[in-house]
Amino acid sequence: MMEQLDYRTQIAKPDYTAIRPYGDTMNDGKVQLSFSLPVPDGPEAVEAARLLALKMGIVNPSVVHHEDIGENFTFIVLYGNCVHSVDYAHIQVPKVETEVMNFYEINEFIRTKIGRKITILGACTGTDAHTVGIDAIMNMKGYNGEYGLERYPEIQAYNLGSQVENEELVRKAIELKADALLVSQVVTQKDVHLHNLSALVDLLEAEGLRDKLILVAGGPRITHELALELGYDAGFGPGTLAPDVASFVVQEMVARHLQ
Amino acid sequence: MTGKLHLNEAVIQRARQAASQIADDVTAQVMERTTVAIERTVLRLFGVDGVDAEGVPLANVVVDHALSRDLLAGGIAYPFVGAMMVHGMTAQELAEAIGAGMVQLGTEDLPNRVDIQVKAREMAQYALDGIAANREKRNQYLGRLGEGKQPYIYVIVATGNIYEDVVQAKSAARQGADIIAVIRSTGQSLIDYVPYGPTTEGFGGTYATQANFRIMRQALDEVSEEVGRYIRLCNYCSGLCMPEIAAMGALERLDVMLNDALYGILFRDINMQRTLCDQAFSRMINAYAGVIINTGEDNYLTTADAVESAHTVLASQFINEQLALRSGLPEAQMGLGHAFEMNPMLEDGFLYELAQAQMAREIFPNAPLKYMPPTKHMTGNIFRGHVQDALFNMVGIMTQQGIQLLGMMTEQIHTPLIYDRHLAIESAKYIFNNARHLGEEINFKEDGIIVRRAHQVLAEAVQLLENIVDVGLYQALASGMFADVKRTATGGKGLSGVLMKSADYFNPFADELRVRLGITGTVQQEEVRRG
Repeated sequence: MMEQLDYRTQIAKPDYTAIRPYGDTMNDGKVQLSFSLPVPDGPEAVEAARLLALKMGIVNPSVVHHEDIGENFTFIVLYGNCVHSVDYAHIQVPKVETEVMNFYEINEFIRTKIGRKITILGACTGTDAHTVGIDAIMNMKGYNGEYGLERYPEIQAYNLGSQVENEELVRKAIELKADALLVSQVVTQKDVHLHNLSALVDLLEAEGLRDKLILVAGGPRITHELALELGYDAGFGPGTLAPDVASFVVQEMVARHLQ
Repeated sequence: MTGKLHLNEAVIQRARQAASQIADDVTAQVMERTTVAIERTVLRLFGVDGVDAEGVPLANVVVDHALSRDLLAGGIAYPFVGAMMVHGMTAQELAEAIGAGMVQLGTEDLPNRVDIQVKAREMAQYALDGIAANREKRNQYLGRLGEGKQPYIYVIVATGNIYEDVVQAKSAARQGADIIAVIRSTGQSLIDYVPYGPTTEGFGGTYATQANFRIMRQALDEVSEEVGRYIRLCNYCSGLCMPEIAAMGALERLDVMLNDALYGILFRDINMQRTLCDQAFSRMINAYAGVIINTGEDNYLTTADAVESAHTVLASQFINEQLALRSGLPEAQMGLGHAFEMNPMLEDGFLYELAQAQMAREIFPNAPLKYMPPTKHMTGNIFRGHVQDALFNMVGIMTQQGIQLLGMMTEQIHTPLIYDRHLAIESAKYIFNNARHLGEEINFKEDGIIVRRAHQVLAEAVQLLENIVDVGLYQALASGMFADVKRTATGGKGLSGVLMKSADYFNPFADELRVRLGITGTVQQEEVRRG
């Protein structure tokens, strides 16, 4: 009688030092790409797409769809196998390390460890008018069933809304004696968000305020790493909720003796 | 009206009655005031164009000059046209002379008032005849080339560079777009002048300038001929320069313009007195130019919850309808806004969306409703986003919306790339064609989820409108009734540009537009409409 192998031992395991995309077989490197080329649709467009994919390190490129989209542009959908791999085992990504507490724990933390109400200002700065993100964090109702900071009894939260100039934000921070500033940036065309964010740091430093408050950036294209590079204390990306931000702010305040 | 929702006509009438009172209150306040933007519009319509040596638009130069000399409360037309007569200059020459410091308004001995008014009225007639000619030209295009079926496919271009926008717009038109909207550079709504000339740098959009309007109009006329379908052009007359941009749109034959004071108040923190005055004059210009306005109610649901706050959208549509009527804007030009913004994880959310879209259709049967796609609950998951947009398109065709602002799978990621737009149009065309007459085949259960939802939203809207009648629109805005945003009558940007009109205020365009549009007064207007 043939000995039955445990099927689980037969499943290929990834090599964490050389990770490739996975389609349906370990290490197949399967990727999909779509893009347009500024050339008329035809066999030459398809070949151009294929050659481009090869240069990207995608072997066996296969153009599965190509279509004229007007004005001598061609839309391409392409599959292929990526030859590159990365060492996943040794990747280090800066993350916000503080423990995430819930609504009650955060308020309790403020009462016991800080001993006074704290003030947090939120704003979309510069010309940015997209308040969905800052509203989700600040507004009473919050987002996805998680209350926003306005609901926290121990937090005085002020949502300054959209298109707040950095100067105005700093003025408000002084007036309201803010403990933390939350800056939301959604529009990223031509890196306008980077200019806005770093200009605020410069302004706060010039006013001698930078060390006296917690500075947090948020937005769909913001990472913690980017925020640190720009001189912020933390950065939060998509999917962030009020407790993520508040937990960081209160623990950082204590760590930096800003009670 | 198909009446699938069995809505109670008496309840709808109550809502209209309340909205009518609200609009009358607003109109009474608006009639007493003018703004720097309205007076700049008068100059632009007289033919003042261009900028001074510092790049400041001459319309601003002249109005600021008049304001500083305390000449604006009576309207710019009187001192300006008077000075034209004294110096024997054209409007442009005079504006340039004022910009160069060679002429000071208010220092001349002016001809008698009646003669100035006659001359100003002649100039207004001439300018408005030009706008009428543009309207006629559009009608000729529509007659000769025809247009796409409703819902019109509306897509945006937003490269920041007008010359790239043109390429993207033509590509979209070839694929099936009916309306091209050029998104403005972020922040333009808050600058108190209109930038000048063709522009190639913008953030999240392209500056609305008269030159940019002209370039895009030319490109769309060319592609209209090639595809055998008139392609409409849309831009924004909102923000601090609302009426000036309405005038530029009328001069350059734009077809669709965003125009909503409530939007500016809530989302751009523009002072409510300023923007409601600006809106009343803007809409007269839009009305006469044959422009379809788009209102911004859809945006309420990006900050407030789409299920809980659905009635605020409907209430605002009623108010916008009444305000538009008071500016002589017919229902056929009212692109009242609403949106498909519920959380996609909500059980039966599609039914609620269907209910609300059908409700808007039945309550505003003659309006080319502007239906906005999901934005708030779009994620970076473009594949799910494409499906969300497909459901949105399904509701659009089932309920015969007028203007379908296509969703982009890459919403929340970047302004649309050329192939994002291509995929969006392809999907909308597929769904619209494949389910063209589905709506006509379906009736809803009289006591079902869809019918009950529509009744609930209408009932809540009536309640809200009647509350607003009691407190007034300004107080309603101050208490955060719309979009969870609170604004006060003296807060926000642009209040310093509002002036009480003097007893002898004179605006030949407002006067002439009232005549040409048949605006006889608010009460009579309502009777005309009902009759």
